[in-house]
Amino acid sequence: MPKVTIDGHSIVVPDGTTILQAARMIVDAPGYIGENIAPPTMCYHSKLKTSGGYCRSCIVKVSKGSEKDPRPMPKLVASCRTTVMDGMEVMNTTSPEVLEARRGVVEFLLINHPLDCPVCDQAGECHLQDLGYENGGSKTRYDFKRRTFAKIDIGPFIKLHMTRCIMCFRCVKAADQLTNNRYQGMLFRGDASEISTYIEKAIDNDFSGNLIDVCPVGALTDRTFRFKSRVWFTKPMDAHRSCTKCSGKVALWEKGNEILRVTARKDKWGEPESWICNECRFEKKNINDWVIEGPRHIDPHSVISLNHYENVVATMKLDVAKQQKQLADKK
Amino acid sequence: MQPLTNRSKVVVNKEMSLYEKIYLPAIISGMMITMSHFFKKKPTIQYPEQTREFSGVYRGQHVLKRDDNGAERCTACGLCAVACPAEAITMTAAERKPGEEKLYREEKYAAVYEINMLRCIFCGDCEDACPKEAIFLTDRKVNSELKRNSFIYGKNILVEGVDKRVDVSRRQTPAVLEFKKHKEFEHNR
Repeated sequence: MPKVTIDGHSIVVPDGTTILQAARMIVDAPGYIGENIAPPTMCYHSKLKTSGGYCRSCIVKVSKGSEKDPRPMPKLVASCRTTVMDGMEVMNTTSPEVLEARRGVVEFLLINHPLDCPVCDQAGECHLQDLGYENGGSKTRYDFKRRTFAKIDIGPFIKLHMTRCIMCFRCVKAADQLTNNRYQGMLFRGDASEISTYIEKAIDNDFSGNLIDVCPVGALTDRTFRFKSRVWFTKPMDAHRSCTKCSGKVALWEKGNEILRVTARKDKWGEPESWICNECRFEKKNINDWVIEGPRHIDPHSVISLNHYENVVATMKLDVAKQQKQLADKK
Repeated sequence: MQPLTNRSKVVVNKEMSLYEKIYLPAIISGMMITMSHFFKKKPTIQYPEQTREFSGVYRGQHVLKRDDNGAERCTACGLCAVACPAEAITMTAAERKPGEEKLYREEKYAAVYEINMLRCIFCGDCEDACPKEAIFLTDRKVNSELKRNSFIYGKNILVEGVDKRVDVSRRQTPAVLEFKKHKEFEHNR
């Protein structure tokens, strides 16, 4: 059981744990007070095997390799792919070198990413927006033409907007691991690579809608929610229904009594707690289909928390007949 | 207690002198003050024939701008509605269809855009929030209306006419005007 220290916080973790997972364990531990020391991630997804290692936004500095070999690692390492050693000391937010390098990573991720947040449906819950806001610079130094693609409809429910893609491979891994037939993958190499389905073949699977949830940017979006409303004007509610294909536990995004969108419940790290099927996601848009559990917890830093109240006001029941009887008994 | 002004007088109940009892000198001195105003500059202006000059930072009725080609700049991003402290702005977005490129600048546009002028406090936060330079406050006044519903201004009132442009250059800082001269930035194309 190695012991690792990240930004001064120590934790003992099982063998084979990565630095990123250890950092998340520290933040998740009950009683932890302090800033979020978990490195940001764009491509790593805890529920998808072999994900991570592409985007480099989770890089950290290992200032002490281990107890046996205390030399620091020569370069910054991707924390999602580096396992911890006993006595390892890691610097994330405390190292100016890491912050500087991460600013460079953000700049590279944004090189081809369009500045169309006012149009994009992902705005408000976009990981790249958060990453750019927290770690990026305020100006671009890139003068050349950004690459653009035509929008592709993947089936009746999903829209692929390749222009916004940052090549995180999450959707490819999700399609690979959730479904038994893989239709989608990465074409071409390097600068020219793009996500594509073979001859725009529709992804026809009951769980294809989860590709929307794993996409950290607005490259894969819900066609049934397209331009319906900005995310922060909707009310997120936890709800469930008995579904034969999936857990049926979802988050509803309502406006008034109308359900605009159904998504999986995303946890603190933006990852779905459980995969949901397409029937729940796209076809059950009537409020009577669902059992509402209550308002969803939204991080206070998020723009979605605007006008969002979570405290359930205790409902007061007035039983008039009972009260009248009590009064009559008193007399 | 120390008096707040040098014009305060202590009230005394002493008997008036003969000069004060005659009363006429006091009336005449009062009339002199009144008549002296006949020859002073008049502060009143004859509105609406005459109007005063507006301050450069006056914030009146909003305008939704079009770009140089006459396409609406607003893309219904909702940032003005978020920034609005009075929650006066509501909008509904729609997707631009092929062939409407000359009407709307971006692929998404505001099908409905309403400002409740009774709620609006004319703070100008919507202007600050707008990433598309679409909404500006102008030096126009909001007209009086007979019904409360008439104060909910829709796109028919807010969007400027293609041939009746509203000048908002006074609402832009020198830094912004300087930035807009650089046509190499995508924002200005």
